[in-house]
Amino acid sequence: MADMFKLQVVTPDKEFYAGEVSMVELTTTEGQIGVYASHIPLTAIVAPGVLRIHEASEVKKAALHAGFVEILPDEVKILAEVVEWPDEIDVNRAEEARIRAERRIKDNAAETDTLRAEMALKRALTRLETRQ
Amino acid sequence: MASMRDIKRRRDSIQSTEQITKAMKLVATVKLQKSRAKAESSKPYFNMMYETISSVLKKSGNINHKYLKAGESPKKAVVAITSNRGLAGGYNNNIIKLVNGELPAKDTYVYAIGRKGRDGLARRGFTIQADYSEVINEPLYRDAADITLELLDAFAQGKIGEIYLAYTSFRNAASQTPKLLKLLPVELEEAKDQESRGSQALMTYEPGDEEVLDSIVPKYMSSLIYGALLEAVASENGARMTAMDSATSNAEEMIEDLSLQYNRARQGAITQELTEIVAGANAIS
Repeated sequence: MADMFKLQVVTPDKEFYAGEVSMVELTTTEGQIGVYASHIPLTAIVAPGVLRIHEASEVKKAALHAGFVEILPDEVKILAEVVEWPDEIDVNRAEEARIRAERRIKDNAAETDTLRAEMALKRALTRLETRQ
Repeated sequence: MASMRDIKRRRDSIQSTEQITKAMKLVATVKLQKSRAKAESSKPYFNMMYETISSVLKKSGNINHKYLKAGESPKKAVVAITSNRGLAGGYNNNIIKLVNGELPAKDTYVYAIGRKGRDGLARRGFTIQADYSEVINEPLYRDAADITLELLDAFAQGKIGEIYLAYTSFRNAASQTPKLLKLLPVELEEAKDQESRGSQALMTYEPGDEEVLDSIVPKYMSSLIYGALLEAVASENGARMTAMDSATSNAEEMIEDLSLQYNRARQGAITQELTEIVAGANAIS
């Protein structure tokens, strides 16, 4: 049994999650990371991805889209601008958003904002993956 | 002495005004409770944001980052948060006065949130750069992020050199204070410098100090603006509640005075009528 540490996920509107966990997995701009207790202190920027919260008995998933994370040896704080539990996600809407974003990227017309379309695609994919 | 009918008409009109102010007070009270709860639930996010940004700045020391020094331009921008509706006592006027007193009208662009502030500042010669008055009815974090983007864009293009935020901070239902904050360049209080040194000294930043600042400063601004929006809504309702409460008690006082006058006038009229009748009867016999 791994050591437990405190995890806090807050959004501008509320405290999204707080509790004792054994591991948390998330995506940063540098890639996917998994954090156990006694990690070295680290601050990183969050990239869209699935947040996996390993509690003592179960693993909770959430779609984490933007924000940053502060990791200390005995606690982890995630400041999320947007984060959703699986049951808050509308699959049909995410699916539609994925198709639209892919189309826009394929068209590659001069007036489309490719970066924005890619971000939209990433968000949609994250939502879909979280729902699975 | 005013006639009985005049007094009665006056009293009736004040009575209906009182009903309105009473109803507005009740509405403001209910709204205040909701908006206060919302403002309070946004506090943890903001506090953590503040801690993180101070520790990043402390660690990176004198890093020469674009967000930490004023831009070349002498122009300033101010985000002025007021309300769309009046009848809230000095709420809107305090913000207008504060902005007008602290910033020069000629060199300041106003990003108005709230119609009252927009109109008041335009009248005082400020340039209204943008108007987000719809936002104040139902503030979302997205709105704050959008405003931040636009401000940072103007800052990056060198159109503005400093960014301020004017809002009414909420202390309790009876007291709200107008505040002017500097958003950019980022300035933090140095006070609680020492305590958190130990653990922060080892902090690593990924991808790098500068990139983290690049990404955190906009989020910090958004969270400040969002927090200010929520507090301003709570303050507006608090101010309106107080204003309507005193309006109601003023109306009650006036009604009491007028009732007294009315009764006196009525008594006078009856006495006069009686005297006339008695005088008439005396004349006949």
